[in-house]
Amino acid sequence: MLIINRYKCGYCGACVGACPATALELVETWLEVDESCVGCGICTKICPLGALELTEEGET
Amino acid sequence: MKCDLVVVGAGPAGSMAAKTAADEGLDVVLLEKRQEIGDPVRCAEGVGKVALAEMVKPDPSWISAEVRGARIYAPDGTPFVMTEDRAGSEVGYVLERKVFDRMLAMKAAEAGARVMVKTRALGLLEENGVPTGIIALHIGEKIEIEAPLIIGADGIESKVGRWAGIDTVLKPQDIEVGVQFLVQDGKIDGEYCEFFLGNEIAPGGYVWAFPKGKNLANLGIGIQGSRSDPGMSLRLLQRFLKEHMPQAKILEMMVGGVPVSGPIESTTSNGVMLVGDAARQSDPITGGGIINAMRAGVMAGEVAAELVQQGDLSREALKIYEDRWRDTIGKQIARNYSAKELFVTLTDSDLNGLVHSLEGEDVANLELKDLLKLLARQNPKLLWKLRHLRR
Repeated sequence: MLIINRYKCGYCGACVGACPATALELVETWLEVDESCVGCGICTKICPLGALELTEEGET
Repeated sequence: MKCDLVVVGAGPAGSMAAKTAADEGLDVVLLEKRQEIGDPVRCAEGVGKVALAEMVKPDPSWISAEVRGARIYAPDGTPFVMTEDRAGSEVGYVLERKVFDRMLAMKAAEAGARVMVKTRALGLLEENGVPTGIIALHIGEKIEIEAPLIIGADGIESKVGRWAGIDTVLKPQDIEVGVQFLVQDGKIDGEYCEFFLGNEIAPGGYVWAFPKGKNLANLGIGIQGSRSDPGMSLRLLQRFLKEHMPQAKILEMMVGGVPVSGPIESTTSNGVMLVGDAARQSDPITGGGIINAMRAGVMAGEVAAELVQQGDLSREALKIYEDRWRDTIGKQIARNYSAKELFVTLTDSDLNGLVHSLEGEDVANLELKDLLKLLARQNPKLLWKLRHLRR
C-alpha cells in the first residue's frame, strides 16, 4: 500500500497528474490516496521530495 | 447556485478564462480550492515581456526582476548568451506569482466573475451523462453549482478532465518534476536567467537560476520523471547549491511538476474545456506555462461566450476551442515536444558539442525557434530528427 509522509510532502500535485488510476487527490496542503491505488509506484519514483513509499500489502 | 460558466482553478489560465467570459457578459463562477490565490507557488516565474504585455499591462507590484536575456551553460561549463531584445523571447520578466495570480483573479472579479476561495471541486453534476455543473466543497460544506459549461483550469493535478472522460494522465517521461529554492547570495547574476544543462546536473531537464531582485534568485531543478527516483530532485538541487553557491541562504522552498507531454489528444468533452497545465499546454522544452495558459484561457473564455449564448455546448461545438489553440500555441508546443524528445536522449558530450558548435555564431539575438534551427544546421547528424527545422 502507499504510505504518504505528510511531513515530507510539498503538496505539489505532480504525483496526482501522473497517477494512472486517479487514486490520488491534492486537498489544499495534503495528499490523499483512495482504494483505487494499484500500487504501480510511479508516484514514489517521481516525487521530488521522496515523500511517497510503497509497502508490501499487510505491512504498515 | 446557478451560472453560465464554472471555472475550476484560479491560476493564470482560469482567471483569464473567467475574465474574458465575464467581459462578454456571461455569469461566471471562479473556484479556487486554496484559501489563498497564487500560493504556494510552483513555478520559476520567468515570462516573455512582449507576450505578457499583449494580455496585461506590466506593473511593478508583481514584477520581481527584469532580465537582459538567458545564459545557458553546457555540462562542461561553456556558456552562451541569448538576449531578450527580440520579440517572442522566452525570458524577460521574473514575476512575483503570489501577487500576479491574485491580480488576474481580481481582474476576473472586476469583470463580474464570482470568485470563491477554499472551494474544491469534488465532481461533475450530470444529467443523462451530460455535465450540468460542479459539486464542490466550500469551506467544508457541500454545494452544487449548476452551469451548462465547465472550464477545467485545475493545473497539473487536474481532475475535471478525468471526470469528463478526457485522458490527461502524464506518463513519467512526459512530466518534469522539481524543487526550487528562493536563495539569497552575493554571487547571483541579477541580469540574466541562467540555465545549467547536464545529465549529472539534472537528468532530462536543467537547473535554473532566475533573478528575483538584489542578491535573490529562484534556483530550481526539473528532471524527467522517468529518470527520477524518490527524492532525487531535492538531492540534486542541494548538491548543485553546495557546489555553486555554498554560502547561499534558502528563504523559501517550492515543489512542482510540469507537463511536457506535448498536445494531448483531446482537451474537450461535452460541456467541458481544459486550459493551461490541466490541458498540458506548457512548453515541453522550456517548461514555461504562463503565457500559453493565459492565451488558452482567453480563447476558452471567448468560445464560452459564443457558445453559451448560442446554446450548443456539445463536444462537436467545442471543437472551435480545440482548433483555435492547436492552430496557435499548439504549433509551438508540438514542435518543442519533438525537440524535447530528442534533447532528453543527448549525452553530456553531445550537449557540449552543441554549445561548442555555436562558437563564433551570433546567437545573442536569436529566438529559441531560430536557435534550434541553427543547432540543427550546425549538427546535422546529431540532430537529424530536427531536420525539418533546418528549412
